[in-house]
Amino acid sequence: MTDLTQLGVKAIRDGVASGDFTAREVAEGFNANVAAAQGALNAFIVATPERALEAADKVDADRAAGKPLGKMAGVPIGMKDLFATRGVQTTAASHMLEGFTPEYESTVSAKLWEAGAGMLGKLNLDQFAMGSSNETSHFGNVVNPWRRSGGNAQMAPGGSSGGSSAAVAARLAPAATGTDTGGSIRQPAAFTGITGIKPTYGRCSRWGIVAFASSLDQAGPMARDVTDCAIMLEAMAGFDPKDSTSLDLPVPEWEKHLDADLKGKRVGIPREYRMDGMDADVAESWDRGAQWLKDAGAEVVEISLPHTKYALPAYYIIAPAEASSNLARYDGVRYGLRELPEKANLQDMYAATRAEGFGAEVKRRILIGTYVLSAGFYDAYYTQAQKVRTLIARDFELAFAQCDVILAPTAPTAAFALGEKTDDPLSMYLNDVFAVPASLAGLPAMSVPAGLNRDGLPLGLQIIGRTFDEQGVLNAGLAIEQRAGFTARPDTWW
Amino acid sequence: MRTLVHGYAAPPVAAQAITGVTPRGFTRLAWPGIALIAGCMSTYRIHGATSEWEVVIGLEVHAQVTSNAKLFSSASTAFGAEPNTQVSLIDAAMPGMLPVPNRECIRQAVRTGMAIDAQINRWSRFDRKNYFYADLPQGYQISQLYHPLVGEGSLMIEADEKAGIPEDKVIGIERIHVEQDAGKLMHDQHPTMSYVDLNRSGVALMEIVSRPDMTSPAEAGAYLRKLRAILRYVGSCDGNMEEGSMRADVNVSVRRPGEELGTRTETKNVNSVRFVMAAIEHEARRQVDVIEDGGSIVQETRLFDPGTGTTRSMRSKEDAHDYRYFPDPDLLPLELEEEFLDECRASLPELPDAKRRRYEQDLGLSPYNAAVLTAEVETARWFERLLGETAKAQDKQPADVAKQAANWLISDLFGALNKAGLELDNSPVTPEKGGELLALVGAGTISGSISKQVLETMIETGDNAAAIVDREGLKQESDTGAIEAKIDEVMAANPDKVAEYRGGKDKLFGFFVGQTMKAMQGKGNPQVVNELLKQKLG
Repeated sequence: MTDLTQLGVKAIRDGVASGDFTAREVAEGFNANVAAAQGALNAFIVATPERALEAADKVDADRAAGKPLGKMAGVPIGMKDLFATRGVQTTAASHMLEGFTPEYESTVSAKLWEAGAGMLGKLNLDQFAMGSSNETSHFGNVVNPWRRSGGNAQMAPGGSSGGSSAAVAARLAPAATGTDTGGSIRQPAAFTGITGIKPTYGRCSRWGIVAFASSLDQAGPMARDVTDCAIMLEAMAGFDPKDSTSLDLPVPEWEKHLDADLKGKRVGIPREYRMDGMDADVAESWDRGAQWLKDAGAEVVEISLPHTKYALPAYYIIAPAEASSNLARYDGVRYGLRELPEKANLQDMYAATRAEGFGAEVKRRILIGTYVLSAGFYDAYYTQAQKVRTLIARDFELAFAQCDVILAPTAPTAAFALGEKTDDPLSMYLNDVFAVPASLAGLPAMSVPAGLNRDGLPLGLQIIGRTFDEQGVLNAGLAIEQRAGFTARPDTWW
Repeated sequence: MRTLVHGYAAPPVAAQAITGVTPRGFTRLAWPGIALIAGCMSTYRIHGATSEWEVVIGLEVHAQVTSNAKLFSSASTAFGAEPNTQVSLIDAAMPGMLPVPNRECIRQAVRTGMAIDAQINRWSRFDRKNYFYADLPQGYQISQLYHPLVGEGSLMIEADEKAGIPEDKVIGIERIHVEQDAGKLMHDQHPTMSYVDLNRSGVALMEIVSRPDMTSPAEAGAYLRKLRAILRYVGSCDGNMEEGSMRADVNVSVRRPGEELGTRTETKNVNSVRFVMAAIEHEARRQVDVIEDGGSIVQETRLFDPGTGTTRSMRSKEDAHDYRYFPDPDLLPLELEEEFLDECRASLPELPDAKRRRYEQDLGLSPYNAAVLTAEVETARWFERLLGETAKAQDKQPADVAKQAANWLISDLFGALNKAGLELDNSPVTPEKGGELLALVGAGTISGSISKQVLETMIETGDNAAAIVDREGLKQESDTGAIEAKIDEVMAANPDKVAEYRGGKDKLFGFFVGQTMKAMQGKGNPQVVNELLKQKLG
């Protein structure tokens, strides 16, 4: 029998539906991979093999009974540990929420279970989704399954959805959920040679996802290819009356309308993204990507996004500002960690609990956020950043008068080694430079594998689309995927 | 709620973008800057050692919105439940929970704004007010600082000579915004720990901010009472200060007449009209004493002690929190559609001022009676039912029986209820029964004085007027034969008085009326008695 863990979402769904194999066989295969890799990759905070089997058995029984099967029937997935899962510890990779078991299920995970998916476990991430390398997790960093050719230095899987990216790349799961605030789906996808899409802000409900920066947070799928992402996004998206920022729009049939023929489409290449001293491999892959899209029938045009250089600073004001407020609820009063030193009063308890419960990067962002919102600084930082955000959104609006999608690199470099940037937060933040503008504008954006660099590490290309136009993004992604022929896989060294 | 938000036409991205360029022009309170004092000045002065002082007062009233569910969650708002039994995941600020505005709370605040003739802002927004406290699960209160739902409005307080309000006065209202209430700490449950009850956490409040237009404790009291009356008419707040559903922050400053505004203090959470007036009186006196002793007033937050009627410092401006207000990114701006506003407007009842005018002009009531009957919505409602019943029972137009009904309600029923220790809302005499009683008087079946006696029996027994009149034989005697017989008896018993009367001592007429009525045990029809006496004596 073939190794079922080599299959992606579509192949598993179709195979289970047609009876080529059972959902249980699939779940067992992935459960085994999860267990085997845990020591080396640390992709999961908690494995839930029994949940995967339970869901699989239900699908097999439904199929046997002739009941209709869901969009994700028989597909076991990894769940980023930022999504609340009823009865299963939900930590946001923090000490603060260690041992916290919610009595509620996030809307997105509930929709996935409803669609027939099963849960392999809760995936590791940067603490409260703050980080670009997965090194801020309280539960230890995730290790990227990829290594430089001929080297054995441990590489970062990207972040914050690093557990998700590593698990999919290492075949521990055919797909996983991610969340993207300023690149947290796209950058780890690029670092591990997989595909991930952040849909339009509001497509996926934020209800039940531990909040980082509310105006930016958006869930999305991470999988092996564009088709799998389209299938899974259909299962995740949809209006949710419990989230005021949720889009009240029907969910399009993205999978059905996938089409790699780009005749009549225009692809914009933003001038400002071509920065001085750009990584040569990245620049080369970008050019190659443009050529592929031309080959697919598109016209390639140069566009300008003049406020790009202000995006990262604006993001690092807005996101921490919202985070500083969103994380105020972790105070030791009602749930999660409580540190109560001898003779402590309320203030002492707050201080001790938050000192102990939050990691260094989370504290750094709470401090930045508190600072930029404080009296006397608000206008200079927060108001200014919001104005920049408006200008960035307008840049895109004007650009989309000239093109249908935008092509750019996902990240400035391929994966870096663990520990390489931990002492330099600014260089870490710079990793998100290409990802952040689309987040600020709330636009759909995806990363697709585009080949390997000279060190044998994967590179990703990013496609940014108009508001609500996930289809355009997916289609352009599919055109690249078909031409990139990306079949490289990390050696199974674990 | 989606109908309130143009989710489709103005998707989140665009909405967020709009917030990005909104100028930040508001300060929390327009005063103490330059303030326009509307209307006339009261004559209220503090007599200091060196001069006379004026008091300048502004009130921030927190009124709990009448709604079944909280401002951003579906948990119940009923008063008096067991601790922590009305707490949703949102109210407890569990990870990943999100607020969704309750349409009814917004509706009530808009209706309130309309009732004070205020500008309704079709575009408003929620902001977070950040601070840590154990009764605040989110670590922030969702409020509206920069773009409140309701803008400039006003209400009128009526002249009250006795209270030192020489004429009607318009008090400006700067804004009304909606916000979440906090939970409640309980310090008496454990020797070293405090407990927290989150039932109130997330309940909708309206913060109604007045202009510093009041210049005496009496004006402040009148403002609060009028505001409470309007809230109750509208039905947007029960105005129950004892249960904490209405409380006031009292801003007070003093100045010599004609001078610039002085530095103000804010006395927090005062929960009765009487206490607000006492707090102002004490605080104004204290400020005058401080200034006259060569000191200066510090801008600070103070607490009122109902036991002593004094205020004391809670925290100074230096210790004030930096609330780090910013737009709540979990919520889209609130956009109100014309249809929604139309419904709000159409659902408004007749308000106290309009009602009072109508009672005077259309019903011909005295200004005093009209004012008494419209001061509380319950009274007005009772009166209007009584009016209907009375008119129906006598087959007359309401305007023809309005005076009768008003006088009876104000002098007879209020007096009798008061004597029995009852209120209108638990009165055993219903408007229907009242109308029946008044019909008996109107038809001449019983006299006005007997009706008082009947009313007392009605309150004691709950019986109908007619039944009581029958049972106790209180029916008025109008039969001329019977009355004449009694008159003859009285005249026969008092020949000297008859002679005196006929000799020109007109004053004796009252004596004969009294004697005749006495002989008839009060049941003689006074009109018939009068007429017959005049004939017989004349």
